Amino acid sequence: MNIPIYLDNNATTPMDPRVLEAMLPYFNEKFGNAASRNHPFGWVAEEGVDYAREQVAKLIGATDKEIIFTSGATESDNLAIKGVFEMYKEKGNHIITTVTEHKAVLDACKHVEKLGGKVTYLPVKEDGLVDLAVLEAAMTPETILVSVMYGNNEIGVIQPIKEISAIAHKYGALFMTDAVQAVGKIPVDVNADGIDLLALSAHKIYGPKGVGALYVRRKGPRVKVTAQMDGGGHERGMRSGTLNVPGIVGLGKACELCGLEMESEAKRLSALRDKLEKALTVLEESYVNGNVEHRLPHVANISFKYVEGEGLMMAMKDLAVSSGSACTSASLEPSYVLKSLGLSDDLAHSSIRFGLGRFTTEEEVDYAVAVTLKAVTHLRELSPLWEMFKEGIDLNSIEWAEH
Amino acid sequence: MAYSDKVIDHYTNPRNVGTLDKSSHKVGTGLVGAPECGDVMRLQIQVDDNNVITDAKFKTFGCGSAIASSSLATEWLKGKSIDDAMKIDNMDIVEELALPPVKIHCSVLAEDAIKAAINDFRVKNGLAPIESEKVHH
Repeated sequence: MNIPIYLDNNATTPMDPRVLEAMLPYFNEKFGNAASRNHPFGWVAEEGVDYAREQVAKLIGATDKEIIFTSGATESDNLAIKGVFEMYKEKGNHIITTVTEHKAVLDACKHVEKLGGKVTYLPVKEDGLVDLAVLEAAMTPETILVSVMYGNNEIGVIQPIKEISAIAHKYGALFMTDAVQAVGKIPVDVNADGIDLLALSAHKIYGPKGVGALYVRRKGPRVKVTAQMDGGGHERGMRSGTLNVPGIVGLGKACELCGLEMESEAKRLSALRDKLEKALTVLEESYVNGNVEHRLPHVANISFKYVEGEGLMMAMKDLAVSSGSACTSASLEPSYVLKSLGLSDDLAHSSIRFGLGRFTTEEEVDYAVAVTLKAVTHLRELSPLWEMFKEGIDLNSIEWAEH
Repeated sequence: MAYSDKVIDHYTNPRNVGTLDKSSHKVGTGLVGAPECGDVMRLQIQVDDNNVITDAKFKTFGCGSAIASSSLATEWLKGKSIDDAMKIDNMDIVEELALPPVKIHCSVLAEDAIKAAINDFRVKNGLAPIESEKVHH
């Protein structure tokens, strides 16, 4: 067992050696530009890209012509939202999304607002799921796009995608999903799920950083997005720029491996996750955040009341995890996702996210449990809030001096 | 962000963790910060008849820098007169622990806790609290 233990697989994943192996020839021997149509160097590179396109398409039930390669999911989200807004603005100017989306979606929507668009940011229920009635009530004849993430990066909850897309379509809007955390982890099928646009990323599924894709539906309806970058007209005119051939080959291989191993891997990871969660919620005043039935197999987000997340992580220095505490980010606010669930600030400050992955072993999970139990106990001994709680003092009865 | 060795030392081996009898008129208690902000410090001092701090204890809910700042404060307080304790400046803590700019608020909180504990002691003993006019860095 190597220390520190990596349990932050929602942030990024280590590359699978089989992915690396598939990529290597495309750095030197097969270095050609996939757009070079007139010599074998270009043909070989294009062949690699075409094969990868099929591998990506297969994982999400799409066809190869519907896959647009990008630099990652942030770009895919931007291209989808801004691109749809620009393409369909004659039809309407309203977009609906949720408050728990990734910043790439939220900030792309803010940009659309600056361009004169209207955006509704739907709240979520206490368990992190979208309320379908609230969504339906927000739909207007002007609504051109509904964008709801598939699985949440912080708490792992899976949205009712089929139901959401059905509502969007009922009102003539397109449905887009940021599926970065879901693709490769659980079955995602663009047709069964009614998805018109889907963003995915390679580095969350054991592929390389700096490459991702946007699925753009071609049939029923044929969806178009306005390119956000000008240039050579690559990727059917939707995304200019010389293709990152090694990265794309890696993304393809990563998708293929996920397709082959997802089912058994999801079972293994959810068993490990449940083991971890069960062992940690033995602690008094510890709470699992988000819906526990509809969620990704590998994520556990737990708040340990009366200890602060960053202080806790310092005591867990042998574990690489993340926290919703404000202290871990540049802002002074704790996680906006946890706060959207109605969590009080102090519980949001006390949260730790454990993200398991393909290379996580049971031995590592056992070790993580032991380290976490010890750290929480240690910090509670230092915590005046824990002492007050133990003395039966209601913390809400105290007038805290905000600073 | 990497922590300084001194922060890690105080965090790993915090000095003077504990609780003094807050009902004693020889004990001053300062409770500052707020759970919503992610840090709460409770600092207590035991004062003898010569106005010298003979013991100091803390408990802190917060990040490593907040815990280290309060641990350091208790170390500095022991043996100091009340008057000298009032002179402890948050920037002294910043310097000693090599706190980065984003963690300066932890030292401010520790200074506030010291002043709150001293004022609690003063009020208990029939003295007016000292108003702090200092503008924090």
